[in-house]
Amino acid sequence: MDGLALTPLESEALRLSLWVSGWAVLASLPPGIFCAWVLARCRFPGKSVVDGLIHLPLVLPPVVVGYALLVSFGHHGPVGAWLWETFAISFAFNWKGAALASAVISFPLLVRAVRLSLESVDQGLEAAARTLGAGPWRVFFTITLPLVVPGVVTGVILAFARSLSEFGATITFVSNIPGQTRTLPIALYTLTQVPNGDAGAIRLCIISVVVAMVALVASEILSRRVAQRMEG
Amino acid sequence: MIDLSLHKRQGAFNLAVEFTGSSGITALFGRSGAGKSSVVAMAAGLARPDHGHIRIGDDTLFDSERGINLPAERRRVGLIFQDGRLFPHMSVRSNLRYGEKLVPAGQRYASFDKVVELLGIGELLDRRPARLSGGEKQRVAIGRALLTSPRLLLMDEPLAALDGARKAEVLPFIARLSREFAVPILYVSHSIEEILELADDLVVLDEGRVIAAGGLEQVLCDCDLSAITGRQDAGSILTAVVHDHPAGFEVTRLKLGDNWLTVPALDLPIGATARVRIGAQDVSLALDRPSRTSIQNILTGKIQSIGPVEGGRVNIRVDVGGTLWTKITTLSLTELGLRCGDTVFAMVKSASIARGSIAVRG
Repeated sequence: MDGLALTPLESEALRLSLWVSGWAVLASLPPGIFCAWVLARCRFPGKSVVDGLIHLPLVLPPVVVGYALLVSFGHHGPVGAWLWETFAISFAFNWKGAALASAVISFPLLVRAVRLSLESVDQGLEAAARTLGAGPWRVFFTITLPLVVPGVVTGVILAFARSLSEFGATITFVSNIPGQTRTLPIALYTLTQVPNGDAGAIRLCIISVVVAMVALVASEILSRRVAQRMEG
Repeated sequence: MIDLSLHKRQGAFNLAVEFTGSSGITALFGRSGAGKSSVVAMAAGLARPDHGHIRIGDDTLFDSERGINLPAERRRVGLIFQDGRLFPHMSVRSNLRYGEKLVPAGQRYASFDKVVELLGIGELLDRRPARLSGGEKQRVAIGRALLTSPRLLLMDEPLAALDGARKAEVLPFIARLSREFAVPILYVSHSIEEILELADDLVVLDEGRVIAAGGLEQVLCDCDLSAITGRQDAGSILTAVVHDHPAGFEVTRLKLGDNWLTVPALDLPIGATARVRIGAQDVSLALDRPSRTSIQNILTGKIQSIGPVEGGRVNIRVDVGGTLWTKITTLSLTELGLRCGDTVFAMVKSASIARGSIAVRG
């Protein structure tokens, strides 16, 4: 039975992965929904540029994203220096940086899922809510948002899964620091670089597969619940 | 009292609609594309006129000259859509309460229990909209709008998506709520039958313009609606009183001035008022009282007007204690030598008066 228990290294990497990915998704959810709403509902000049910028991390090599983050959010980067001086927040070489890298990489997946869902919402329902006396904010929180919950759930699961597997941008931006930035994929990579690390690497592979499966099944159950709720 | 003046240019379409309506049910009639839905959207605040005004009683909701434009959520104008538009993620109860709780208590006149009872939706409160029939959905939608205690109820073809039986399930509620809550209703429809049953006033729209407006009987008598509906259904509306139900004949006799009208048996008490629609095609004229005929309905009246002539046929208006239109050939007109003021006998087959063309007035 001892073989089933996680080693301290494994449990640390797993916990860190879940923590980093959880924060990455949680923090990107409000801006993600906002961007999805802007792309689904607003018309303005330069919209395609904004659309392209949001989707850029999807097509760029993650190393490029990680390096860009390092240059701008590092201690000496313009954004990083300003954040440190103003709010005493640093993203350099800690778990917050890992979460930021994961958030940027997974952001397009979240936005896409929510946007698709928003586009399928019957705007007639929103108009109906307005004639019943609801202002724009109330309409958004009582009608629009509940109706896009399926899309938000899909987006969250996709983004969470993408965050769990995030490697290139993270290692480039915040390196490989045990307990801070050594998430599951990075721990796995580390083990493949040392002699006799194969057994440990395979165990981490299995852990990754189990986590991914749990996330997928959870998303399936969740979206079925949402569908049932609509049908009453 | 509603007072609308709406002007808007939408591409090649130019909408210029002005009319006033009573405190009862005003029907807005016209073929699709006539601008009915635009009028509704503007009144509700979902579309903005280029200029004009929207007044309900003493309240001004929109006035381009005075720079007033209340947003939709502050107009308290209830809108009932063709497709109901119930919120799918809420129970019927939550749908009904949605607008009610946003109205200050002092301005509410429709109570939850009364609305639920009037519309007969008490059994449905805990269901989701997906589990309702079309007629039930529309009743809930009406209740939801009514519970905002609106200044005006707009109904945009509320029955168009329902089949005949479901229509009959919703129609009586609309007539009742206008009386019970004294809320003015603007009722958009292209169904003469619905309008006949519900409306007090009628506004006819064509290509973005009002071509006739006024009391229902007046407008229907003065205006040949076949041009609008594209059907040959020009006709008259006669308001008559139920006199008796001759036993064993399955007919009802109505009194109309000095004339009698025999129609298929009506389930109405003696003394009740009924509106009867008679197609102009179904009326023929005679100068002498026909004897020994199977036709029951022979109405005596005076010719009020003759013309216009279209395609060899001519419209003649006869006063029979109400205005009766008839359409005869110009050949008959010449042979009979009919003139204004002549006394004539108008014959109407009872069978041509279908049950669907008789409506109850409360």
